[in-house]
Order: sequence, then structure tokens, then C-alpha cells
Amino acid sequence: MGLALLCIIWLITFISTYFFAAKTWWLPKGAAAAASGIDRQFDLTYVLMGIVFVLAQCALGYLVWKYSDRGDARKVKYSHGNTKLEVMWTVLTAILFIGLNLIGSPIWAAERFAPPKPDALQVEVTGMQFAWYFRYPGADGKFGATKPELMDPSSGNEAAIGLDTTDPASKDDIVGGTMFLPVNREVDLQLRAVDVIHSFFVPAFRFKQDAVPGLRIHMHFTPTDVGDYEIACAELCGLGHYKMHGIVKVVSQADFDKWIAEREAAKQ
Amino acid sequence: MATTVHVHAHAAPQGFIRRYIFSLDHKVIGLQYYFLALTAVFVGMFLSLLMRIHLIWPAAKIPLIGTIQPETYLSLLTMHGTIMVFFVLTTAPQGGFGNYFLPIQIGAPDMAFPVLNMLSFWTTFIAFLVLLAAFLVPGGAPLHGWTGYAPLSALSNAGPGQQLGADLWITSIALFCIASLMGALNFITTTLDLRAKGMTLMRMPLTVWSWFVTAILGLLAFGVLLSAGILLLLDRNLGTSFYVPLVVVNGQVMGHRGGSPLLWQHLFWFFGHPEVYIAILPGMGVTSQLLSTFARKPIFGYRAMVYALMAIGLLGFMVWGHHMFMSGMSPYSAFAFSLMTMSIGVPSAIKTFNWLGTLWGAKIRLQSPMLFAIGFVSLFVSGGLSGPFLAQPVLDIPLHDTYFVVGHFHLIMGVAAIFGIFGATYYWFPKMFGRMMNENLARIHFVITLVGTYAIFMPMHYLGMAGQTRRYSQFTEVAYQTKLIPLQRFITYAAFITISAQLIFLFNLFWSMRKGAKAPDNPWEATTLEWTTATPPPHDNFGGQTPIVNHGPYEYSVPGASRDYIMQTDPATATAH
Repeated sequence: MGLALLCIIWLITFISTYFFAAKTWWLPKGAAAAASGIDRQFDLTYVLMGIVFVLAQCALGYLVWKYSDRGDARKVKYSHGNTKLEVMWTVLTAILFIGLNLIGSPIWAAERFAPPKPDALQVEVTGMQFAWYFRYPGADGKFGATKPELMDPSSGNEAAIGLDTTDPASKDDIVGGTMFLPVNREVDLQLRAVDVIHSFFVPAFRFKQDAVPGLRIHMHFTPTDVGDYEIACAELCGLGHYKMHGIVKVVSQADFDKWIAEREAAKQ
Repeated sequence: MATTVHVHAHAAPQGFIRRYIFSLDHKVIGLQYYFLALTAVFVGMFLSLLMRIHLIWPAAKIPLIGTIQPETYLSLLTMHGTIMVFFVLTTAPQGGFGNYFLPIQIGAPDMAFPVLNMLSFWTTFIAFLVLLAAFLVPGGAPLHGWTGYAPLSALSNAGPGQQLGADLWITSIALFCIASLMGALNFITTTLDLRAKGMTLMRMPLTVWSWFVTAILGLLAFGVLLSAGILLLLDRNLGTSFYVPLVVVNGQVMGHRGGSPLLWQHLFWFFGHPEVYIAILPGMGVTSQLLSTFARKPIFGYRAMVYALMAIGLLGFMVWGHHMFMSGMSPYSAFAFSLMTMSIGVPSAIKTFNWLGTLWGAKIRLQSPMLFAIGFVSLFVSGGLSGPFLAQPVLDIPLHDTYFVVGHFHLIMGVAAIFGIFGATYYWFPKMFGRMMNENLARIHFVITLVGTYAIFMPMHYLGMAGQTRRYSQFTEVAYQTKLIPLQRFITYAAFITISAQLIFLFNLFWSMRKGAKAPDNPWEATTLEWTTATPPPHDNFGGQTPIVNHGPYEYSVPGASRDYIMQTDPATATAH
């Protein structure tokens, strides 16, 4: 049974590690400025934890096999422990875990502490059961007022988020169900939810943030590659949670300007 | 501290009802808890099987149940999580084995408060019935997940199951909290006041230490959840706004104003994270006990193990915010929560190293309880090492609320804790029922379960990295997720096999009760007090005797001793302490 256990534990370890190392399934290719820093920290954590994982499991399998009772006269090593060893691995693991934490912290700080640049593109994201709406403030750079009592998803995108059309600032607001972003320009995102908590998750951007009723959460990121990226809701929001998805279309600045102009023209 | 207390001596009752139903005997109550958890775990597993079927074959017609709808999937998910966390992982290790063996292992005739103990069980039992009733009411069971995030959990029109089903769910949890508070109080008092002569704190078996620390966690955590649950009931039924701000559901403006959805998360996780340790600490205690016993070697670093338990318990109360990195909580507080969480890795690593140190130079008897203890260590390592990913807010960005998290917590607090329960069952079965369990069936059960759980939960880490969000009833709507369906199918197959293998365990358990080989009083040649008494133990545990403890709990292979173990009650000698 000792040898069988060794084989089982080692096989589980090697097969699990193989699929991690071969990156058969992995994070999608990054398409935002934050991706490289996050991925570097991910790789570092992954390598360190991978080494500990393989060493610990192999040691476990080995010890079980090596020291299993074979009915011989071998004497057990009577010992209550070893303080030096205890101190050593306590200090080493403390350095490993807290060091890893300290290395990762500046990346988090850069993402979440610093405000967006003043010229960042303003986009408001509204989550509701079970759709995302995206609003651009238009030429005046100001979002018009929204009112809860005006919300009516059956009467189009603007009514869905309760846009108050009597507010002058709302005249040039553009509301849509697909997110358009110019490449390499920072986005100043305002996230809100009208009913329950949703979560705006774009794996390729390494971006995730809950949208919470009652809060208007400011976040920022910079898409770096032209293309279509999927948004998946990442917070359980009700029976349609699995189909609450959307698309971010990252286009050139010229295409973006053209799109905005078309939408503005259509509103007139 | 160990005072002689006589007030608890009560004569053995004769009638069936007082003996087996409303019993005051901690051993009977322990078994009641155990069989409640056994029932619950099979219900919970059955629900997970239905979930796995729906994920892969959404159109499948299941006999008596029919085709599972997306909202039913979410109800199954909610009930699976709630049943497993509360009625299995909290109930079996602490209520079951803790109740049965804590008094015996410290040499006490019973718990400090036998009536409270009985009330605690029956309140838990009623809580379980109330929870199951949620399946039967109009709208069915709630779909808000075991974490019950508001406002989804607070609004009766936010989805099917959010009407009476959600009220029953909260009521069940509130009852469970009350029961756990009674139990925790009992465990703490018993440990502090009813230890036999010579049973100093530093001579207590690590199982007792783990039940003791777990009880302290329970006492501090369940009160918070109870209060939070009552506030949620008020929000739902009396129109208060603790958790709900102004919201619009389906175009209808609701009456709530100014509440905070994050308040629920703070209160819930202030309970919820210690709850993880409530589930796993008893497993750590049992694993320490089994490794030492079957390695025939003292536990490596007993004191370090005790301090590590305390450190995990203490730090466990300072890390709840790591569940909330993406919630809209201040990003600055993420720093503190992350640092504290990473720090928990240190005492956890100490425990792992000490377990490996115990095996070093040992003479390991690979009997069935030991197999599960070794499995526990392996699962604890695997589930633990994905923790430092999730503990870093910056890595939590891609991983939060994905299958990576599902894989992580199932390995560590789910299956590792279950392995602790299995190990404890195979270990203490002879003492509880006077017979041995079948060793061959146990080995088959062990191998399939170990390989099977890895086959289920390791691939979930891959899915999570690839961005597979959790709590999705279908993977067909988001294009990148459809590519992950083959791996999901593999997990479903693995779940089928692993769950089927549990029938081997069930058969072994009930068959051995009647047909197993007669067990001697100390079949494993172990040292702690439960092995000094008759099998099964008499009503007052030691037949009118009060044991006197002369030794620490893990004196194996002491040089110069006549046999390879010194029981805690053996006469004092110079060779051991």
C-alpha cells in the first residue's frame, strides 16, 4: 500500500502540474495596459507555489513509502520535534508569503489608487437584470440626469437607464448595448447597478469590478489591442446571470470618432 | 483549573425516548449529529449531481424531477452550499465527533451542560427541516447562493425562490446559529472545567485543542451571522433598509432607501471566513491524532501545533475582506486584508511541515484511518497553495468569482474536511459501535475518492484561469466559455464516479455495525483516554472511575518502554513526559 500511495500521489501531482506548465488552459491573451503587470505577478506566484506544491506532495508520497511498516525490527526515531527546524520553516514561509504580497502590492496600487488622467474617455456602465448599458456623455462632456421612476427597459436604451430627457446635459448622451472604445486611450469608467449586484468582468483586460446598487464606482483602464472582447457578469444576479454578457469593441480613434458622430447624428 | 464537579452525574435513562431521542448523553447526541450530517451530505451530494447533469445535458429529463431550469440550477447551488457548509462541515466534525469524544478524551463524564447539548442538537435538526422545506414552497428554494448577497436576497421580486423560500433559508440559518452558539458555549466550558486530574492544557490531544479553538471561533462568529440574518429578515418583511438602497427591479421602484449592500457582505464574511476554519480545524486535529498514532511516533512539535491552531483562529477573524476585493470596498483596505491573509499561510505551513516531520523516521501502519489522514495532508497542500493567488487583490482581479475559487475552496474546506470526517469515522467506529469496519472496502473507497476529488476539482483551477465564471447554469451564451465545455464534461464524469464510490462507504458503515469483526478496546494501540475505557463506553464514560492522566497524548515508541505506546493513564515513569 505504501508504494501504491506513492504512485497515486506522485501521479496526481505530475498530471496536475503538467496541465499548468503546458498552459493548456490559461488566462486569455492580455489586451489592456494592466495585463502585463498582473500576468507577471501571476507567473511569479504560479512558479513559487508550483515548486512548493511539487516538493510537498513528492515529500509526502516519499515519506509514506519510505517509512511504512514492513514488519521488520527497524526502530522508530523517538522525537518531539526540532525547534531549529520549526523556526527555519516559519521564517522561510513568512518571507515567501509576505514577500509575494509586497511585490504584488504596487501593481494593485497603480490600478486602484491613482485617479484616471483628466483626458480619459468618460463611459458610464449600468448593470441590470440581465443586460449592460453603456453611456457616453457626448460633446458637452457631461452625463445628463437619470431618474429611477423613468426606468423602462421596454422603451429603448435611454429609457432603460431612466435618462431624464428634460435635462439639457442629457441631450447629447449616447446610450447603447455595446461598448465602443478607442484603442490606447484611457477609459474613466463609472459603474452602477439599478437592481442587484452585478460584476463587470472582461478577462482579456484583466478587469473586474462589482457594480453595486447605491454606489457609483470609478475605475479606469486602457485597452491596447483592437478587437472584440467579451464581458461576462461575474456576480450572481438572478436566473439570467449566465446570459448577462456583452461585447467591448476596441477600435481605432478614427473609427471611434466616426461611430460617435453617426450616433450623434442619429439622435438629432 | 481542573476542578472536580459532581453536579453533572445523571443516572442512565431506561426508556427508549430518553435514551435515544431526547438523550442527555453526549455520546448519543454525538451520534445524532453524525447521522444528521450523514443524511445531509447525501442530500448535498445528490444536489451537486443534478447540477453537474444540468451543466452538461441541460435538456435531460430526470425521473421524478423533470428537466432542470436555469433558476432551478441556482436553487440547487444555493441549497448544496448551505447544506454542505452548515449541516455537514460544521455539524459532523464538531457536533458529531467533538460531542462524542471531547468529554471522553479529557476524562469527563459528560458535557458541562447536557440539557443545552440536547437543545443544541434538536435546534440544528429543526433548522435542517426548515431548510429542506424551502424546496416545497411556491417559488421553490432561493437562488441567491449560500452567501445570500443583498439586494438579491432581500428583494422578493428579484427572482423565483426569493419569496417564502428565501425567508425559510434565513430562518434555517438563524436557528443553526442559535444551536451553534449553545454548542460552542458547552464545548468551551467543558474543556476548561471538566478535565480529569493531570489533564493539563498541554496534555490535551490535538483533537481537543482543535474542537476547543473551533468552539471559540463559533462563539464569536455565529452571533454576527445571527444578527445579520435577523436584519435581512427585517429588510424582507418589515420594510427596513439595512442592506437595500433605492433600487428598481423590473421597472418597479422599490420602497427601500439608503441601505448598504456592502454591509451584508462585511457581516456575512466576518462570520464566513472563520466558518472556513470552523470546518477545517477539527480535520487538522484529527489528522494530527491519526498521523501520530499510525506513524507510531510523537507528533512533531506539539506546542507549535497548538500555537498554530490559535494563530489560524485569531488571524481568521482579520481576513474577511479578501472575499470583497472586487466588491467596491476601499482599495486601501485590500492592502491590510491581503497582508493578514498571506500571514495565515505561515501557521498553515507550520502544520504541514510538522505533519511531514511526524512521518520522518516513523514506522507507518497504513490502516484505513491513516490513509485518509495522508489524503488530508495532500488535499490541504493542494487546496492551500491556490490561496496565495486569491489572497493577492491584484490576482483576484482575473480569478475572483471564477471556477478557480470553486476549485480552491472545495479542495481545502470541502474535501479536505470530508477526509478528516472519513478518517475520524474509520478511526473511532470501533469505539462507537464495538466492531471494526471492513479494511478492503475502506481502501477501495479511499483510492477512488482521492483520485476522483482531484479529477473533479483540479480542472476547475484551469477553468477559472481561462475565465470561466462561477454560478452559470449554462456555458453556451459567452463565446469563450463554450470552448471550456469539454473540460466541464470531464468533471461531470468524475463526479459521477466519485459520488458512486461513496455508496461503498455507506455500505461499509451499516454492514460493519452488524457484521464487522468484534473490536477490542484499543484496536489501534492508541494512547488517548477513549481507548482506556470499555467499547462502547458506558453511560458515564469510565464506569464510575475518574481517570488520572500522567502522560502527554502522543507517547509512541518511547525508548525503554515495554511496548511501543504509553497510554495517557499509564503510571508515571521517567522515560516520558
